[in-house]
Amino acid sequence: MPWYLELLRAIAGTVLIFSGVAVVAAMFGVLLERKISAWIQSRLGPKHVGPQGLLQTIADTLKLLQKEHIVPRNADPTIFASAVLVVPLAALLDYVVIPFGTAGGGRPLIFRDLNIGVLFFAATSALVVVGILMAGWGSNNKYALLGGLRSASQMVSYEIPMGLALITVAMLAGSLSTVKIVDAQAHWWYVVEQPVAFVIFLIAATAEVNRVPFDLVEAESELVAGYFSEYTGMRFALFQLGEYGEMFAMAAMAVTLFLGGWRGPVLPPVLWFVIKLYALIFVFMWVRWTLPRFRIDQLLGFSWKVLIPVALANLVVTAYVVMIVHR
Amino acid sequence: MLLDWGYVAVFAIVGAGMVALPLLVIWLISPRSNYPQKFETYESGVPTIGQAWSQFNVRYYLFSLVFVVFDVEIIYLYPWAVIYRDQGPAAFYDALIFLGILALGLLYAWRKGALEWV
Amino acid sequence: MTGEAIAFYVLAAITLASGVVVVRSPNIVHSAVALIPAFLGVTGVYILLGAEFVAGIQVLIYAGAITVLILFVIMLTEGGTGLRLRQVNEQETIGAMVAVVIAALLVVGITRTGWHAGTGALPAYTPGAIGQSFLGPNLLVFEGTSIVLLVSLIGAIIIARKEE
Repeated sequence: MPWYLELLRAIAGTVLIFSGVAVVAAMFGVLLERKISAWIQSRLGPKHVGPQGLLQTIADTLKLLQKEHIVPRNADPTIFASAVLVVPLAALLDYVVIPFGTAGGGRPLIFRDLNIGVLFFAATSALVVVGILMAGWGSNNKYALLGGLRSASQMVSYEIPMGLALITVAMLAGSLSTVKIVDAQAHWWYVVEQPVAFVIFLIAATAEVNRVPFDLVEAESELVAGYFSEYTGMRFALFQLGEYGEMFAMAAMAVTLFLGGWRGPVLPPVLWFVIKLYALIFVFMWVRWTLPRFRIDQLLGFSWKVLIPVALANLVVTAYVVMIVHR
Repeated sequence: MLLDWGYVAVFAIVGAGMVALPLLVIWLISPRSNYPQKFETYESGVPTIGQAWSQFNVRYYLFSLVFVVFDVEIIYLYPWAVIYRDQGPAAFYDALIFLGILALGLLYAWRKGALEWV
Repeated sequence: MTGEAIAFYVLAAITLASGVVVVRSPNIVHSAVALIPAFLGVTGVYILLGAEFVAGIQVLIYAGAITVLILFVIMLTEGGTGLRLRQVNEQETIGAMVAVVIAALLVVGITRTGWHAGTGALPAYTPGAIGQSFLGPNLLVFEGTSIVLLVSLIGAIIIARKEE
């Protein structure tokens, strides 16, 4: 294909994914969160705006768009401004390697099937941490700075168990490419072979997105809003987009690695993917509104002293079993 | 393969543009007013006490340090994991030595209190 | 000019510009943050060379872990107070002259060498090929790395703890 057509295809794909994530993850996800929290707490969620409250987030976004854009006097303007771009962009880069299904003829529906798919996902998740540090720092606000530092420490501590879980799956599939990993789950899903890695990945994902029970860094009663305390209006919305986008990306990766991606009988693959994705999202939200939050020393200790040894042991045991089976 | 990364580069650039778009919209249509209290840093509604930028505890450094070491460790595990399936038993013991030495490191850090928050 | 060449020049420009900011900026936090585009530029060059895996590692370790480490370290020391540092001292002019001479030597050296294309087969840079080399010819390096990591971990913890 001539280069300008490739370029057009790339741009179209990007716009599609960005809009898709913005609508599905940020808008619909926030609404879902409010509805589920309401259901768990025996009350009604947003109901007035649009049918069943479906337009609520759109209304909220329109409101935020008109809000004034305040930069605190002592903030560091360059870093304050660039942090807003880094966090959502890094979160959205996660979607490059996620296979959403198959399109006619068995071609995988993925932005680009990179050879190092899983490593790319881990790398872009790591970039989000730097953005958060920049946001916390640039605000020149004690709450934001503390929130940013703690958030960075937390995310960094949970990246290791997540990486170990990814490596274990890559070992079983023999590849880092997400498409090949989904193909390798033709017989049964990896959650059957690797339940431990699945649980570790979900726990690490919850910590990476700063959700309860790991949301100390942005709990209202603790640190106002953590690293994005000083951000107003649309910038706040962009951070939320980053957070919810990252959560959906983690869930999508968990579906791809452990729940067989888009595989399933009868129904079209994309539909299966969406069903599994929302099942995991529901689990995330259920956990959020059920559990109390951990203290910072508890959550860091949990990662280094429990999750990492368990993940390492899981890796060794899996490697041993693979060696025996393949002898 | 370069084409793959060309796509990724387009994704990043177009994506940055799309993320910046709402900010442009705000810059155009948001109201603006300038009175000094608005630009003050938030500290529960009272005037701020002291600077936000002050010296911090060594524990952040220790956590990120141990993290860097373990991050480099799992870097080495990625290529090993990809070809592991088709290797003989030697591959298992090689990795066992590698992981064992690093587990020793984790144990050392644990015992020396590098993993404590206080 | 091919697309690759354009990409290379753009990446080189980004890397060099960020490098200049890292060295010249009086605000040390700006210096640290400017490392990120520099690392990403290098990542792009790795990709142009066909080393995807190394590029992924570069982002994961350098932009993801090392930048975080550097920022934490800056916040622990006086740089965390937004200290503005003098970037030049009395030896500025002599330093500039030495830099120009070295640059001239390098440019002359590079342009005058007759670079020949290598005759051996290119090593493959895929994760699989790298893994094969870890378990094959470079096994000692693989194991030795774990020892190096262990030593650096112990050393850093000793130093950091002693300052308490």
